[in-house]
Amino acid sequence: MSSVTALRCRNCGEEYEVKPVSICEECFGPLEVEYDIEAVKEKVNKKTIEKGPKSLWRYKDLLPVGNRIVDLNPGFTPLHKADNLAEELGLKALYIKNDSVNPTFSFKDRVVAVSVSKALDFGFDTIACASTGNLANSVAAHAAKGKLNCYIFIPADLNLGKILQTLAYEPNLISVEGNYDDVNRLCTEVAGYYNWAFVNINLRPYYSEGSKTLGYEVAEQLGWRTPDRAIIPVGSGSLLTKIWKGYNEFLELGLVDEVNTRITAAQSEGCSPIVTAYRSGSDIKPVKPNTIEKSLAIGNPADGYYALRVINKSGGGAMASSDQEIIDGIKLLAKTEGIFTETAGGVVVAALKKLVEQGEMDKDEETVIYITGNGLKTQEVLIDHLPTPAKISPDLKEFDKLLSSKIKKEAVPWQP
Amino acid sequence: MATVRLATPLRKFSDGKPEITAEGATLEEVIKNIDSERPGFADKVLENGEIKRFINIYVNNEDVRMGEGLKTKVGDKDVISILPAVSGG
Repeated sequence: MSSVTALRCRNCGEEYEVKPVSICEECFGPLEVEYDIEAVKEKVNKKTIEKGPKSLWRYKDLLPVGNRIVDLNPGFTPLHKADNLAEELGLKALYIKNDSVNPTFSFKDRVVAVSVSKALDFGFDTIACASTGNLANSVAAHAAKGKLNCYIFIPADLNLGKILQTLAYEPNLISVEGNYDDVNRLCTEVAGYYNWAFVNINLRPYYSEGSKTLGYEVAEQLGWRTPDRAIIPVGSGSLLTKIWKGYNEFLELGLVDEVNTRITAAQSEGCSPIVTAYRSGSDIKPVKPNTIEKSLAIGNPADGYYALRVINKSGGGAMASSDQEIIDGIKLLAKTEGIFTETAGGVVVAALKKLVEQGEMDKDEETVIYITGNGLKTQEVLIDHLPTPAKISPDLKEFDKLLSSKIKKEAVPWQP
Repeated sequence: MATVRLATPLRKFSDGKPEITAEGATLEEVIKNIDSERPGFADKVLENGEIKRFINIYVNNEDVRMGEGLKTKVGDKDVISILPAVSGG
């Protein structure tokens, strides 16, 4: 039986029954899932979790789902000790939470697994979303597995890899002429007219809970404790707030002894409303995104207000990086740790490097960087930034000649 | 008259209808005019003379916070959308 008791407005505290709604009727504040934490305590401890499946369903008692699950086996992704990158940056202890190896190659499988399962519970036969790409991939895949109708809305200029991957699952894919904020506004209106389960709109309270598992897993994989610092890619701000919630729920359940993690936001300079607000001490001001980093390109972040509060409360930080720094970040992670990430991961590595270089974080801090998407999704950003392969005829002498000469290292225009 | 599309929590002011029409040369006037016919509407949308934190308002699909806010000019054929801000992502 689920331990979910109600939905509650995060702003004014108004309580609602568990149904497909996301907004408080009194103040328009976001609704959050509320649990009977005492009942959870009776069921959940370190041993029960450790005996659970090697997926996010090991935390099922802490998630708002019933018995009907659409399962692609998401979560419980590796936490790598990143000694090479740590050495490169002069850090004492660095870990990579590699969430790019999920079933559809991003962390979005966590939120979609929870929300689509909840959609089944509510009796929906159609799921939908507004997406910057990774969510589109995951919603389409879960719709296929769950035999559900599916409508996906994306900005027209999305990365080709994400469009192709989405289409392979055969959803109804709608490419909208505009940026993500335009797509999201359109979908918020569509959700008010059609009785569909928009995972990140009317099912948002359930959807966002899936991200808590990125907090749980890191704490469990570190040996039931949280790191000194977590660096998190930020678009809407939801992931950041939910990782913090995950750490703190473990504290409440007695699964970790303390939470002193400095929650740190990473954005691109071309779309950094949360970083800008943090650094200037102002409210969030919406921006028009202009960056190669499209998965975080949300100019008017839904959870910006709450993300900012978490960053400040945790004594964390925020850093924005240029397009070139993002590309350098992707390459640095690949060449030091063998992990090929998408642009959002480049944003995180770039932020880590800048925080260290600018003296904004202590080199002794045990740090976890969240790598949330796979590099194969955004390959085109690297064109013109990598050398072309050496080309020879299939002849031993030619290979000998090549080895004796210097293999070209400098970047030249890529010609497939 | 401009068309005003309403988020679900505001439809109690429109007998459940998803959109209504209203007069006004600016967004602020439109909201005041709706409130005069449907008391309580302005209090739901505004706080201390500003758009509430958790509400986004669009005129012809443009977020008014990126422009002139409540002073945004509104024409007869314009479409105003009042939507929850915490959505998507």
